Amino acid sequence: MKIAGLLVMPAGFFLTIAALVLFPDPMQRSVFVVCGLAVESLGLVVTIKGHMLARGESRP
Amino acid sequence: MNTTVPPALSDAVFALTLALLLIAPLAIAGLALINAGLGRSRSASQALLGNVAILAVTAIVFALVGATFAGCLPGGAGHIFRMAGKPWNLLGAGPLFLGGLASAPAQSQLALIFEFLAVALAALLPWGSGADRWRLTAGCATSALIAAFVFPLAAHWIWGGGWLAQLGVNFNLGAGFLDGGGAATVHVLGGFCALAVIWIAGPRRGKFPKEGFSTAMPGHNAVYVLFGCLVSLVGWVAWNLAGAILWLHAPLAALPVTAINTLLTASAALGSTFIVTTVRFGKPDASLCANGWMSGLVASSACAGIVSPAASLFVGLVAGIATPLLVELFDLALSVDDPSGAVSVHVAAGLWGLFAAGLFAPQPGQLVAQLVGIATLLGVFLPLVYLLFWVLNRFVPFRVDLDGERIGMDLHELGGGAYPEFVIHRDESYR
Repeated sequence: MKIAGLLVMPAGFFLTIAALVLFPDPMQRSVFVVCGLAVESLGLVVTIKGHMLARGESRP
Repeated sequence: MNTTVPPALSDAVFALTLALLLIAPLAIAGLALINAGLGRSRSASQALLGNVAILAVTAIVFALVGATFAGCLPGGAGHIFRMAGKPWNLLGAGPLFLGGLASAPAQSQLALIFEFLAVALAALLPWGSGADRWRLTAGCATSALIAAFVFPLAAHWIWGGGWLAQLGVNFNLGAGFLDGGGAATVHVLGGFCALAVIWIAGPRRGKFPKEGFSTAMPGHNAVYVLFGCLVSLVGWVAWNLAGAILWLHAPLAALPVTAINTLLTASAALGSTFIVTTVRFGKPDASLCANGWMSGLVASSACAGIVSPAASLFVGLVAGIATPLLVELFDLALSVDDPSGAVSVHVAAGLWGLFAAGLFAPQPGQLVAQLVGIATLLGVFLPLVYLLFWVLNRFVPFRVDLDGERIGMDLHELGGGAYPEFVIHRDESYR
């Protein structure tokens, strides 16, 4: 689960890069950059969740 | 090559920048004191030796390998590929082993000194977070990895004329991604390294019991921690001023405001943390107040050279409110055992400072440039350092064995303690 979250984060980054390349309009570009950040945040949440699950299983 | 060439430095500015760079290592010294003070007494000697060793390792590895990839200044050579009709400068291609340094322009030499200090500070952050269970050898190996590949990549993208620095030229986004004091290249990057180490090495034994709340493991010396905060201030002001000259090309007249902004951000952060901890616990908490002060300094790294004094106060206020709450969140809710608070202080405050720099900057499009930079840090560098450290952990195990954790890192790794007259206490978690 942690690995899945870490893989989602670069996907958000590529969305941000795509926004720079594909949208010359500042408004559209800004919205897609924010969307990229939202995807990265989702990946971070999944990574943290994966870490907490792993910790719960290995607690003494 | 699509890069902007910065104005050459006059002799007076060169001398001033060099003097500032000689004072800036006090930020490293302050952080080393904080790292040592927030750990346990039985690991204090190993903690401080680790700080010195990491400084040495990063200097050697950065000189041998990292400086080549970092590229010191816009205008330097770089590996560029073209996409959508724009140049994307991805990696520096400087001479190996600092070749030609003596004949390089003065500004390049100063930039190189700045990067030597920056890579050391970035590599020190995970050391504090892995306190009391992270082996010295693993800490040095990790630092070598940071100095060889991770930091140079970030430094080139942000300071060396890389694609983030060129966002303004290529995509009309303000002045490109701005990071005068190293909030991104040093603090967020180092904080991500700290998070990766915490996840891979795991928590200290007894920190998170099967039932009940996490165990409080306070630092052993609040005097070290608070004195480290004062020492850091001196280094930080010099650091932000040198960064403003080198990376933001600030005129001399703008430097006093940068220094005042640094002080104001830290002061506002300390004040708000003081109030938050007093409201929550009935009395101010010294350790959290130190974290609040540091979070203000970290946030100032991003925006002291860009925003007004009033905005600096606001930035510090928010950083100081968020820090104690995040320390609790990471510790109690997210099972992140971070003795030095590097994640909540350096990552969170660094990201907030970078965002605030875009929010309060006068140039249109600057906020989007800062958001692209933040997205790059989150989407590229956190997964990258986790992957690299995960592989490194297979060859150089991060975590000390059970016996080492029981007797303390000083006795286990160095054979002697920092305070020989102290009795080594029995740890309740081993009953």
